[in-house]
Amino acid sequence: MQQTPGPFAIRVRDLVVGFGRHVVIDHLSLDVRRGEILGLVGASGGGKSVLMRTIIGLIPKWGGEIEVVGKPTGATLDRTTENAADQWGILFQQGALFSSLTVRQNIQFPLRENLVMSQRLMDEIATAKLEMVGLAPEDGDKFPAELSGGMTKRVALARALALDPAIVFLDEPTSGLDPIAAGDFDALIKTLQLTLGLTVFMVTHDLASLNTVCDRVAALAGGKIVAVGPMRELLQSEHPWVRAYFHGKRSQMLQPQAS
Amino acid sequence: MSSTPMLTTTLENDLLELNPAGSWTAANVTTLERLTDAVARELDPSRTVRVNMRRVEELDTLGAWLLEKLSRRAASAGHAAEITGVAGNYSGLMQEVHQVNRHNPDPIPTPNPALARLGDLGRATVGAREDIAGFLEMLGSLFRALVGVLRKPRSLRLTSLVYQLYRVGWQAIPIMVLITFLIGAIIAQQGFFHFRKFGAESYTVDMVGILVLRELGVLIVAIMVAGRSGSAYTAELGSMKMREEIDALSTMGLNPAEVLIVPRIAALVIALPILTFIGSMAALYGGGLVAQFYGGMSPAIYVARLHEAISVTHFEVGILKAPFMALVIGIVSCSEGLRVQGSAESLGRQTTTSVVKSIFLVIVLDGLFAVFFASIGM
Repeated sequence: MQQTPGPFAIRVRDLVVGFGRHVVIDHLSLDVRRGEILGLVGASGGGKSVLMRTIIGLIPKWGGEIEVVGKPTGATLDRTTENAADQWGILFQQGALFSSLTVRQNIQFPLRENLVMSQRLMDEIATAKLEMVGLAPEDGDKFPAELSGGMTKRVALARALALDPAIVFLDEPTSGLDPIAAGDFDALIKTLQLTLGLTVFMVTHDLASLNTVCDRVAALAGGKIVAVGPMRELLQSEHPWVRAYFHGKRSQMLQPQAS
Repeated sequence: MSSTPMLTTTLENDLLELNPAGSWTAANVTTLERLTDAVARELDPSRTVRVNMRRVEELDTLGAWLLEKLSRRAASAGHAAEITGVAGNYSGLMQEVHQVNRHNPDPIPTPNPALARLGDLGRATVGAREDIAGFLEMLGSLFRALVGVLRKPRSLRLTSLVYQLYRVGWQAIPIMVLITFLIGAIIAQQGFFHFRKFGAESYTVDMVGILVLRELGVLIVAIMVAGRSGSAYTAELGSMKMREEIDALSTMGLNPAEVLIVPRIAALVIALPILTFIGSMAALYGGGLVAQFYGGMSPAIYVARLHEAISVTHFEVGILKAPFMALVIGIVSCSEGLRVQGSAESLGRQTTTSVVKSIFLVIVLDGLFAVFFASIGM
């Protein structure tokens, strides 16, 4: 993890992405520093998930460059690159757990597919990951359909962390969780980031998690990053959309502790 | 960037020092497991074990866990064990790993295989009873919904019915025609080939006519419909169930049976006789073509022979069975669809069950009808 040169985990330069004639991401540039938690905010349907899915190669880019830990990546329209699957773990919005496998098998899946190791060690690692995300070893035998929303997210995180990736992408990790569970999840992400030295790229609408766990926040509006920096700076941003986002009625209650 | 992991040991008096070095990461797991297994045996005789991590260049959860496991094994054998030289950035990870895997979940007891077999048999028996109950329940709710529709004709989902009719009827015609045409042709060819040996070629027409109209036309079409439309019904209703759409319908005060199931089954009941008719005609046509080009029988003679051989009764026997078969296919596929649980696997399983069960029931029903028609002399 540490030896890779360069201070940036993800570098995006002049990225253009669209569907049909509709341009969603318009010459966007963004750097994610190694070891930080970057929160990405933006309007619903504004291209946050598109940006994330383009970086991980699920949506082809029209132009621009994407580098993940120093290696160019991202699918283009005419070819798909060998993606850096062992470098990243992804937490999808709905968890995307394999419904026919138990929780333990879900976590072991990346290990089983990528590495050669004994079943016993694989079981131990799966249990270790389960405990690291705050679940009991007994939960390993459950099926995804038997889990609550918060547990699903935790298991999905455990699976994303199975190979100890350098970067974790989180797509709205706290959506659909109650404030307590969301707070726990935020704390969990922070703890894991500190212990494992993770770089976290988090798409979120949760103002509380932006406030508490994100080292920097990037605001996406009109297909571009209009502001990026620590929460403090974003609160002072003059950009109209950013002002509307952070100074709207719903966010007023966060102001006292934010500034 | 990642260097080969190593694990050397030095033994001084009673102190066994383990010196892991290099990249202790998941990418090297095969080497790491071999190294730690080899060392594990040396642990036992020594009094004190020290894991010196000074030379570890890279570490992740897997490597940390393997080292932790070594020290834990030494500790559990009653020796003193310590881990030293942990680099600052890895201390959090080592501490985290120190907490995990402390208690193992109780292993799930594996039951006696004979008892398990017996248990499966019992479950299957109860399951069969539930199957019948489910079938009757669906039949009941279908009739209740039908009564509702009769009482309030406007509650019939006409758009939905027409759409389903288009899907299971109109769109199915080309494939049904093709398959029944081929079946008719094959039967005629076999008839000519074998009957020729004892000069009974002209009876081929009787065989084709009676077989197609009474049995094969309706059976082939029903089996095709079960595979084509029944499976689609199960998959549709199953995924609607998975995404809580059916629950949404009931909370809006609508009866899912009325909204989703009545139009589907009604469409099948209407479409299957029509498809059977079209299919039977295609099969007779196929038989006629073979009679002309393979059996050397002119179309006029074929039609005349057919006219003598079959009567309206044969046609009635075939076509009367069609709506009942449609009902069975519809009920089985809809009730299997509603049984789908959360997982994608369950959707696949119910769809398979739906097709297998409908085809089985169609054939059983056909047998029952054969007995019935024989006893009333049709």
